[in-house]
Amino acid sequence: MGELIEILSSLHPDVDFENCKNLVDGKILDSFDIITIISEVAETFDVTISAKYIVPENFNSAEALYALIQKLEDEE
Amino acid sequence: MQTHVLDYLREIVKTVPDKMAYSNGKESLTFREVYGQSRAIGTFLSDSGIYREPVVIFMNKHPKMAAAFFGVIWGGNYYVPVDVEMPESRIHLILENIRAKVMICDAGTVEVAERMAFDGKIVLYDEICHTGIKEAILQEIYEKALDTDPIYIVFTSGSTGIPKGVTACHRSVIDYIDHLSEALGFDENTVFGNQAPLYMDACLRELFSAVKFGASVYLIPKELFMLPVRLVEFMNEYQINTVCWVVSALTLISALGTFETVIPEYLRLIAFVSEAFPVKQFNKWKAAVPDAKYVNLYGPTEGTGVCCYYTVDREFLPGDIIPIGKPFKNTEILLLNEENERCRQGEEGEICIRGASLTLGYYNNPEKTAEAFVQNPLNSFYPELIYRTGDIGRINDRGELEFVSRRDYQIKHMGHRIELGEIEVNVNTLDGIAAAGCVYDKAKSKIVLYYSGETDEKALMVSLKERLPRYMLPGKIIRLEKLPYTANGKLDRMTLMKML
Repeated sequence: MGELIEILSSLHPDVDFENCKNLVDGKILDSFDIITIISEVAETFDVTISAKYIVPENFNSAEALYALIQKLEDEE
Repeated sequence: MQTHVLDYLREIVKTVPDKMAYSNGKESLTFREVYGQSRAIGTFLSDSGIYREPVVIFMNKHPKMAAAFFGVIWGGNYYVPVDVEMPESRIHLILENIRAKVMICDAGTVEVAERMAFDGKIVLYDEICHTGIKEAILQEIYEKALDTDPIYIVFTSGSTGIPKGVTACHRSVIDYIDHLSEALGFDENTVFGNQAPLYMDACLRELFSAVKFGASVYLIPKELFMLPVRLVEFMNEYQINTVCWVVSALTLISALGTFETVIPEYLRLIAFVSEAFPVKQFNKWKAAVPDAKYVNLYGPTEGTGVCCYYTVDREFLPGDIIPIGKPFKNTEILLLNEENERCRQGEEGEICIRGASLTLGYYNNPEKTAEAFVQNPLNSFYPELIYRTGDIGRINDRGELEFVSRRDYQIKHMGHRIELGEIEVNVNTLDGIAAAGCVYDKAKSKIVLYYSGETDEKALMVSLKERLPRYMLPGKIIRLEKLPYTANGKLDRMTLMKML
């Protein structure tokens, strides 16, 4: 989780990623960010987040995103 | 001969008044509504004494925004669309440059507008679109218009830190729309899926082609460009058959494996613009949507929209370059070498544009205009301007134009044209910064900022967010003890590039 928070914080140092629950719906993340996050997550965690998982529910909070990463790690 | 860009709208409202012109999926306007509301806005501006003036459009992406553009033109003025997400300090630079007397807002932007340091009048679209139309006055304005009069100003990044306002006229837009639509084959059955923000000239191709042919445009909500599956589902739901998108929007879909879940079913024309399409991604598109026509578009804002096109007619392998082809009819590309002579076959040179598609130059900025809009060096006999793009190109063995590189530090990042100098100027003005240098990591599509000074990376990022639009923010910030310099005392970008 720490590594993920680091990735997110480098994009938006002013956002409290531990607690924010509306990263997509609240328009905090945009398409640039999503693409950066996917490529950084691929580098750090060695998992590929494919298109079908790119829905607001999975990106609205660091917690949800981390759960997705763990799920994908287990599948691999 | 057509001399007014809104002749398209005048004619089409007679043939298909009740057809949908613009929609965002939830709300839409028919051609009759666009015509009526824009005529009302034109009347309002005339009643307010605004004539041959810049009018700021500060609205969220919406069908009404297109009608606002036309309204400004009916009033004999030129519209200046401003990105509502841009930081206020940069908006201020634009407002200072144009000194507009009126700004048109919507309910969602008016509060922000009222907090800005803007001396002019702020009006709401939803109020002024009900103005009683004065046909005689609009007719008089229409008859007095010349095709060399400006119709819009769009702002692009400036290396000195101040955005430049590219000013286009009726003639250049008519020339562009007529030849683009002929080359790409738009018609009344075209259903556009617009991706380009309406504050860029890139949206002309959809907005104006729609009124030329009676075609429909879906303004795809911006949020969908981070949700690839939903984006394709939106296209399928509205049977969108034509897209002219920046490459990064297309690769977003292909690179993330969207085609495994959903395929665009109705697309028959896929045009791509703003940067080179990586062939690996391009081939994924061709495999998923094999029957569509694929067209590469190229051209700077200063040449109105785009000026060159290449219809894909052969296979490409990873590593190949998809050419930018040839200019539209009535435009010439001069490839000039350092001696300002025409390049020989295969020789690299600067891409320069000649023809009616040239815009009028940068608004209220004679110095920058004179640098880029220059006398054609091949013609010493009469005044004739060309635009020097700063792009280096070459003609390949097949006689097609290819883009090679940039002559300066302008980059294309996620479909936006950015001067790295503008980012550096903004960093350098911050307290706690000694020096700054930006480079572009093409492989990772990332702007990398190196700097020296006391400020830490996070604080720097927070300050930059207040000054630069999202797409100009560095993807990576690295503090150095000292920046590298060349023997001449200039920032050594080569060394910075090697540090990536």
